[in-house]
Amino acid sequence: MSAPLLSVRGLTAFYGDFQALFGVDLDLARGGCVAIIGANGAGKTTLMRTICGIARAGQGEILLDGAPIHGLPAPEVLRRGVAMVPEGRKLFPSLSVEENLQIGAHERRGNGAWTLETIYDLFPVLRERRRNPGTALSGGQQQMVAIGRALMSNPEVLLCDEISLGLAPVVIRDIYAAVPRIREAGTAILVVEQDIGQALKIADHVHCMMEGRVTLSGRPSELSREAIHDAYFGVTHDLA
Amino acid sequence: MIWLDTLAQGILLGGLYALFAAGLSLVFGIMRLVNLAHGDLIVLGAYVILVMVSVTGLNPFLAATLALPVMFGFGMLLQTHLFNRVLGEDILPPLLVTFGLSVVLQNVLLETFSADSQKLSMGPVEAVGVPLGPVTLGLVPLATLGCAVAVIAALNLLFYRTKLGRAFRATSDDATTVQLMGIYPARIFSVATGIALMVATLAALYLGARANFDPTIGPARLLYAFEAVIIGGLGSLWGTLAGGLVIGVAQATGAAIRPEWQILAGHAAFVAVLLFRPRGLFPRAND
Repeated sequence: MSAPLLSVRGLTAFYGDFQALFGVDLDLARGGCVAIIGANGAGKTTLMRTICGIARAGQGEILLDGAPIHGLPAPEVLRRGVAMVPEGRKLFPSLSVEENLQIGAHERRGNGAWTLETIYDLFPVLRERRRNPGTALSGGQQQMVAIGRALMSNPEVLLCDEISLGLAPVVIRDIYAAVPRIREAGTAILVVEQDIGQALKIADHVHCMMEGRVTLSGRPSELSREAIHDAYFGVTHDLA
Repeated sequence: MIWLDTLAQGILLGGLYALFAAGLSLVFGIMRLVNLAHGDLIVLGAYVILVMVSVTGLNPFLAATLALPVMFGFGMLLQTHLFNRVLGEDILPPLLVTFGLSVVLQNVLLETFSADSQKLSMGPVEAVGVPLGPVTLGLVPLATLGCAVAVIAALNLLFYRTKLGRAFRATSDDATTVQLMGIYPARIFSVATGIALMVATLAALYLGARANFDPTIGPARLLYAFEAVIIGGLGSLWGTLAGGLVIGVAQATGAAIRPEWQILAGHAAFVAVLLFRPRGLFPRAND
């Protein structure tokens, strides 16, 4: 088996005195897709923010293609090839849709697959609305801009934090329909998702988090509904 | 006829105030920093031009081209090593630091150049008048207004037509998320302050060409600049030009009625605009 593209080993993170992550491990293969599921407060977003350099990492290591990116500032992590779609989309209100996409290419890495044209092919509705302010779009369209913006740097790893949050099921389906094309372009995806069904559908591997720890890991086909339910809600079975 | 002349003189004076204000507006628009030392930095720019004139013997216009990169570098250093250390959620530390800088600059200039008034002599061009219909306008005041319009047009082009301008606007919107685009906000802030001090140097050139200056006049220039920015709408560059013109016309009108009302009329116009348009004439939509 080839070495993982992104590897997280024994990662801890803190907010002041509060420990949010306790020795998290995960691997993401080149072109692969891994989903992190878990209830609110499980540490999923902290994990993503720590990998991309927005939050300070504690102990442990984060390796990208074998090279440490642990503790690097976010702009440098992006330059190394890890882009992030933040929770809540966080589009820039002063910029149009096209400018929001263009700023994603501020630090473009080589001549990769992702350009304005390929993003517009992926999400055709954005081409029609490219002159509109980014924040004037519907929630689903804003999410498409946020994903396109992250892809514009031609990342090797795309971190997607709660991209279905607050969206209608039909819109979620449209957005997740783009995942196979993103993977075909060679970009690996690490996705945080509260929608367990969606996570099991798109991911090669699923990790369930609870109170800052990974409590369950496996391929979707290997995980029973009960095991996921128990890990997600922290249910322990009294065998006595 | 007198009123037409008053209006014209007010507009030309407004051009100078718009130049004072443009750098302040730029810095506020990008990093929400109210730079209380802005007036003193304009005065510093005037002294830098004066030194360049003394050392090289050049005309102040040419000497200003030498002062521009010096002030750009000084702005970058100031932002990198001073302002970036105090920018954050709390607005008080940057206010205190820029206030302190204002005091330091005034005293350094007093120590170095004394309290004597100085002027940037433009030579015969100062006396040239341009007849425009029923009024005759001074060439230097006309150049001041032309420079203000050109500076604000150039800043608008920079903001809305360049990659750097896009980064400026995005950083102003969200200095955390912009890091996910590979942008270091601190570096963007440093470049912005460098550009703001270049604009302040142009303001200094016309300040020194039109009037005497000494180390203590900075705070009054800051007040006019601040009023122009507020009248125009915080962060709006064309609004800043409009704000400068409002103050200039108000001052000229006040002076035409009674000379001692000049300054009072400018401040009264500021208060009047705030009463009816608290967010200024052209507020940014997303502020």
